[in-house]
Amino acid sequence: MESIIIEGTPKTPTVEFNAEEGKVEIRGRSIPENSVEFYNPLIAWLEEYGNNPKDVTQVNIQLEYFNTSSSKCILDVFKKLESLAKAGNDIKVNWFYEEDDEDMLEAGEDYQSIIKLPFKMIEIEE
Amino acid sequence: MSFELADWYSKNRIGDIIIEYKGEITSDLITNLLEVFESKIDEIEVPSKIRKKLYNVLVEGLQNLYHHAIVSPVKEDKEKVIGAIILSNKDGQFTFTTGNYTLLENKKKLIDIIEQINSLSKDELKQLYKMILNNKEFSEKGGGGLGMIDIARKTGNKLLYQFYDYNSEIIFYQITTNIN
Repeated sequence: MESIIIEGTPKTPTVEFNAEEGKVEIRGRSIPENSVEFYNPLIAWLEEYGNNPKDVTQVNIQLEYFNTSSSKCILDVFKKLESLAKAGNDIKVNWFYEEDDEDMLEAGEDYQSIIKLPFKMIEIEE
Repeated sequence: MSFELADWYSKNRIGDIIIEYKGEITSDLITNLLEVFESKIDEIEVPSKIRKKLYNVLVEGLQNLYHHAIVSPVKEDKEKVIGAIILSNKDGQFTFTTGNYTLLENKKKLIDIIEQINSLSKDELKQLYKMILNNKEFSEKGGGGLGMIDIARKTGNKLLYQFYDYNSEIIFYQITTNIN
């Protein structure tokens, strides 16, 4: 299965989805006006990955900013991963936030309370 | 006297202006304004926490204009979608104002949404945000007042609004929030 590697732009994040490594990573800024367009291929990739996932899938979300339009798409990513977990796969989520960025920590906690996946909140230095 | 955007704009330019704009709202314009904001905010000493909140509020405010402002009724605007924003600083208190034309028939709905947001506590806002995020289908234009809820959550302050009559069908809608 082919990886997805997308370089970040001022409005869209860096993405690395790697089926061989079981790695799902989104980093940077996610503030496009049309988030659905950006996230649809990522959701489709996860759907296919679900047919033959690795024993452990590491999910790293390290966002500096995201807009409310992206928030729903990010939830959709988590929901896909949640369905993989329900099928018996091991999914680990690392939610990174910069120190003092309580809003980003809280955003992670919001997802954690909606999605049944193990979340690890990781503070990083600015 | 009928509404004039230029008068409204000059009336709302209070304090030290960090970023201001009135004109057509496009995706590229938003990208540019965010870049300008980042270079301007570097010139003043702002704690990173506040800086992040300002950036977030700016993104949501600009994208609200992008998704919801209607084509200007003013002939000289040549059928462009026009919006206005002002972000200013007065002694460490930041004020963010946006304005756009909208249909009179949207007025009640807007008031209801804002009044609801303003009536909720921090925790109630969090619950409402999560409920809309998880349950409500988003329209193509984004969703269910989520942007305004986000602004209210991030600033911890009330949303102030005002409407100005333009003609029998169109009004100008202003929303202001303080960040401190």
